[in-house]
Amino acid sequence: MTVLLLSLLLFMIIAAVIALYTEELISAVIAAGAVGFGSSAVFLLLRAPDLAITQIVVEVIALVLLIRTTLHLSGRGVGEGPSGPRVRAAGLFCLAVLVSVLFALPRLPRFGEPVMDRIAAAPSGFYLERGLELTGSANLVTAILLDFRAYDTLGEATIIFTAVLGALTLLSRKCLTSCPAGREEEGER
Amino acid sequence: MSPVYLLVFVLFLVGVFGLLTRRNLVKLIISVAVIEAAVNLFLVLAGYRREGIAPIMTEQHHRAEEFAARAVDPFPQAMVLTSIVIGLSLLALLVGISLRLYHIYGTYDLSEIRKAAREEDR
Amino acid sequence: MMTRSLIVQRISRWLAPFIFIYGLQVILYGHLSPGGGFPGGVILASAFILILISRGKEEAGRRLPLSRAGRFDNTGALVFLAVGLLGFVLGGSFLANFLQRLFPGRPFSLLSSGTIPVNNLAIGLKIWGGIFLAVLFLSVLRVGGDPDRGLKTMEEE
Repeated sequence: MTVLLLSLLLFMIIAAVIALYTEELISAVIAAGAVGFGSSAVFLLLRAPDLAITQIVVEVIALVLLIRTTLHLSGRGVGEGPSGPRVRAAGLFCLAVLVSVLFALPRLPRFGEPVMDRIAAAPSGFYLERGLELTGSANLVTAILLDFRAYDTLGEATIIFTAVLGALTLLSRKCLTSCPAGREEEGER
Repeated sequence: MSPVYLLVFVLFLVGVFGLLTRRNLVKLIISVAVIEAAVNLFLVLAGYRREGIAPIMTEQHHRAEEFAARAVDPFPQAMVLTSIVIGLSLLALLVGISLRLYHIYGTYDLSEIRKAAREEDR
Repeated sequence: MMTRSLIVQRISRWLAPFIFIYGLQVILYGHLSPGGGFPGGVILASAFILILISRGKEEAGRRLPLSRAGRFDNTGALVFLAVGLLGFVLGGSFLANFLQRLFPGRPFSLLSSGTIPVNNLAIGLKIWGGIFLAVLFLSVLRVGGDPDRGLKTMEEE
């Protein structure tokens, strides 16, 4: 079980590295899809079937969107990598974060022992024990999502609404025709 | 200390490194998606119980105390579920923005876009 | 327009209704089994996105016109808000599960847990409309080409 989990995580890391370093954009996009499907499998291993279903469907649509951005390029490359100092700075930054993570790791709860067991005031125990009785929903994730924490869901619905609105506005005909090449025109609004 | 958390952090850092060094807009979108996957995984891992059962009651497991002692934490799962869907809408917005930039400048390369924008300003 | 193979068109025509029904099942049984409004809505949208990819945007626009997808999006959000306000009136707090208190159904049956299935349906409808709209609009833009031609067919509905 742990071995399977570790190998899936390794698979995801390798896919992410390939996605970021391959030259052709379409292969990068497909490797990014591998990351998403890998995380769906990990969710299934972690006993989160809701998340696995959602992640796999979302990943399909994300792949469709990403492939849509690359289709018209017809295999043109990305070009050479960025200049030296910037890569070195970014590498140093990531290394620093990794070292601090190494110091932080022993303080984290051990794998397989949920945080809710250590903290008595955590709401999760309450949700687990009284969720069915209070909401009547057998799926406790749905009970939390739509009953105990419905405010979050409302906020999320607002975010999706705004994001879709933004995408629609960016690509609406009015915006495309009235300011074909112009950043000036956009500034006036 | 488990290597599982370490690997999740490494995945996160791969995304951060990509975000800092890549210049192509599509690669940047992919980096954001990788970071998001790592964060989601970390949150769900924090609620995992060894040999646990999914937080979904069935007719067999519906005695509350017994169930609460065996189930994994449903709370991070609910939050991550919203985060995944928000991630999709974020991705749609990012793809919209980069398609629009391609429409204007004819490239996904950020440095070329910056160069072209600077020339336009002149 | 790219020509699409006959096999892809045929199979997608057969597959889309099944995906759609699976999405409905995921939404309706969201409070009993894994699933719910979010994945269900995305599955419903993906049934139409399959049509969009395999048979072109004209066909997808005929199956689910832009205006109707937008209306689904709005209706879902409004139903969710209305349930919340009803909870305020009948249950004492915003988004309270008033139906569960008034009619507690038998646990593990389809008609149980009060407002949760209603909210699931609302969110499913919202996500269905929203995601389909976003993907449709993103696929309509002809990058590098004439933007008018691609969009005209959609906006003249």
